[in-house]
Amino acid sequence: MSTPALAVEELSFSYPDGYHALDSVDFHIHPGERVALLGPNGAGKTTLVLHLNGILRGSSGTVSVAGLDLDEDSLREIRRRTGLVFQDPDDQLFMPTVREDVAFGPANFGIEGDELERRVTDALEAVGMADQAERAPHHLSFGQRRRVAVATVLAMHPEILVLDEPSSNLDPKARRELAEILTGLDITMMMVTHDLPYALELCQRALIIDAGKIVADGPIADILGDDALLRAHRLELPRGFDVRTA
Amino acid sequence: MSTGHAHALFIHGHGILHRTAPHLKLVTMIALVFAVVATPRNAFWAFGVYAVIVAVLVALAGLRPKQFAARLLIEVPFVIFAVLLPFLGGGERVEVLGIAVSREGLWGAWTILAKGTLGLSFSIILASTTTVPDILSGLDRIRVPRVITAIAGFMIRYLDVVVSEFRRRRIAMSSRGYEPQWIGDVKPWAASAGSMFVRSYERGERVYQAMVARGYTGVMPRIQATAAWATPWPGALSVIATAWATAATAMVLT
Amino acid sequence: MHIPDGFINGVTSAGAGVIAAGGVGAALRQSGKVLQDKRIPMTGLVAAFIFALQMLNFPVAAGTSGHLIGGALAVILVGPWLGVAAVSTVVIVQSFLFADGGVSALGLNTLNMAIISGLVGWVVFRGITRVLPKRWTIALVATFAAGLVSVVAAATGFVVQYSLGGVGDVNLATVFTAMVGVHFLIGIGEGLITAAVVGLVAASRPDLVFGTHDLNLTGSSTRIGRGGIGGFVGVGLAVALVLALVVAPLASSDPDGLERVAIDQGFADDAVDGAAADSPLADYGEDTVGVSMAGAIGIAVTFAVGVGALGMWALMRRRRRVPT
Repeated sequence: MSTPALAVEELSFSYPDGYHALDSVDFHIHPGERVALLGPNGAGKTTLVLHLNGILRGSSGTVSVAGLDLDEDSLREIRRRTGLVFQDPDDQLFMPTVREDVAFGPANFGIEGDELERRVTDALEAVGMADQAERAPHHLSFGQRRRVAVATVLAMHPEILVLDEPSSNLDPKARRELAEILTGLDITMMMVTHDLPYALELCQRALIIDAGKIVADGPIADILGDDALLRAHRLELPRGFDVRTA
Repeated sequence: MSTGHAHALFIHGHGILHRTAPHLKLVTMIALVFAVVATPRNAFWAFGVYAVIVAVLVALAGLRPKQFAARLLIEVPFVIFAVLLPFLGGGERVEVLGIAVSREGLWGAWTILAKGTLGLSFSIILASTTTVPDILSGLDRIRVPRVITAIAGFMIRYLDVVVSEFRRRRIAMSSRGYEPQWIGDVKPWAASAGSMFVRSYERGERVYQAMVARGYTGVMPRIQATAAWATPWPGALSVIATAWATAATAMVLT
Repeated sequence: MHIPDGFINGVTSAGAGVIAAGGVGAALRQSGKVLQDKRIPMTGLVAAFIFALQMLNFPVAAGTSGHLIGGALAVILVGPWLGVAAVSTVVIVQSFLFADGGVSALGLNTLNMAIISGLVGWVVFRGITRVLPKRWTIALVATFAAGLVSVVAAATGFVVQYSLGGVGDVNLATVFTAMVGVHFLIGIGEGLITAAVVGLVAASRPDLVFGTHDLNLTGSSTRIGRGGIGGFVGVGLAVALVLALVVAPLASSDPDGLERVAIDQGFADDAVDGAAADSPLADYGEDTVGVSMAGAIGIAVTFAVGVGALGMWALMRRRRRVPT
């Protein structure tokens, strides 16, 4: 059994006001897998995601990325390994130009000169934004910013790409473009989303989290095909959408 | 009181000044401004030399006279002050068109108009030929502390975001009939400003998280520019030398 | 109040540059100690807020509008060090990127609009809130005072710089009355806005108002009532009175109070070109203030006070008429 790309074991977390946000969350993701994290609002999806690169630290349990356990000493390396793409690209694109944003990550880890340039170019090409390298982020469309945000993380050569609501606020064309890009990437992926058809298209496996607990874990077609399960956790497929024929 | 100007002065172009490295332009601009400021006020000929330099640079920048003049309008408040000086000034009076005005005031008006306009001209030429990120990297190159240029970078980056959030809220308010007439109506305005602050602050925290998620350690990493800039040092140095020779000659002669 | 090149002589500009560099450096160092890693993004975002705020006009009366400097607001919301660093960044960027304020005048402008306005605003706010009862109404009056005085202080900074190295030979009292009188009125608007914004931020996120963290204030920050309005009027009148008292001696006696100091300190000897005729200080001391000048000053100050008081009175009356 190969080392999981991501191993979360018995992870629990409570906010300072006492609210139990995560309750013994436990799952593994293997290299190459694409997993969708589904669940109603307030279930703990974003909270869980923030544990995967150490922004939040659980009160008990462990997180490990490609075999490296998360603790004080490994924090920086874990952050390189977990490529977290936030929901709002404006929070993630904070440099004056696209090129500098994509270079920021690897530069922090000592990559410089020609190698840095190569990484930037490769990452931008992977998301189809290589010709926009000198532009300022606020001159790009929202879909373009989303893609650049993905590039900023790819440039660090992460072990796993974690995306928070990647298709939200995208127009249909941008949504399609992003799907093509994500499909073309050779990387392990976890995607938090409400967009069930998108999840079905891009992922093979789904986890459902509700009230801080994992309540389902299996092939995505099975999970999305189980009406009762979806309804029990405030999830719903679009009208007329048939999992079997999608 | 000056209003903030968020609209950058940059105009796209392909001339030599657009292709020149930003730090070279900055050094030249600063050197020129200091030559102007050091020049004694009565060396009129010197200011003529500087005006020629401005004209040459404006041409090299590809700026049309109308564009350039429009940008000079920033100076209006101090033109007003300059116009008032001959009347407000004390000391010896002279007669101009039958009116007794202050001699020192006239000199002061001339100094403000000449030096202020020249200084502004050089600033405008720089800003018109250099994008904001490039000016910041130029400042970085001339050893302005990284902390300051980095903070300025973030400020520029998020200015549009903050302003557009505020504008959206104002549109929503006026759609509901809010038309403030005087300062007593200011509570909703202040509420938007307050919410703008909270959102800016919270965004600052999220940006920090995103930076940390990409390995930020508190020091901005060095990311060299790749663009191939022209570095016409001979040209720049001859302009600087001309200006400083003019200033020095004027100082000696006066 | 962005000073262009050529307005103030080189020596004064350079001196202000040194002081400003020291002040900004200190502000950055101190905020680095408090914020550590967060220093750069947080200061940048706060600076973006201040810059954006300066761009937006607020209604003053009958179709006219005003603009904020924001120094007092910045320090009360995020503390003196972060506040001064943020506003300094705004001034520096305005000079280099937007051609607003001469490059040779950067020290002067940073000193006035960022350092003096920020620090004075902080000192006034903390001074009042330390001494008086810990209630939100009082804290908002203190905020108003900080906003008003910070603007007047920035204008005073300009006047001092002008007295040391300004062009033209305008009688100092005239400069003082004009600049400070006008900025007293602007300061009233700034004070009211600052108080309103702080009050409303505190209503939803009191943890984001740095200046009140250790005060444990009681009462509501959004209902200031008649006592609050009265407090604003009182502060406004008190400041106007102080200004009038400062102007009067300047106007009546030998007007060169500040230049006397400058000449005694040897500034007059410092001209780079050695020619006394070029020194802005050369002709001071010859002017005497005529009766008409003193009268004009008196009228100007009275006008400023009167308009300010009238505005306050109108504010009170309007509040009484409109039910909250």
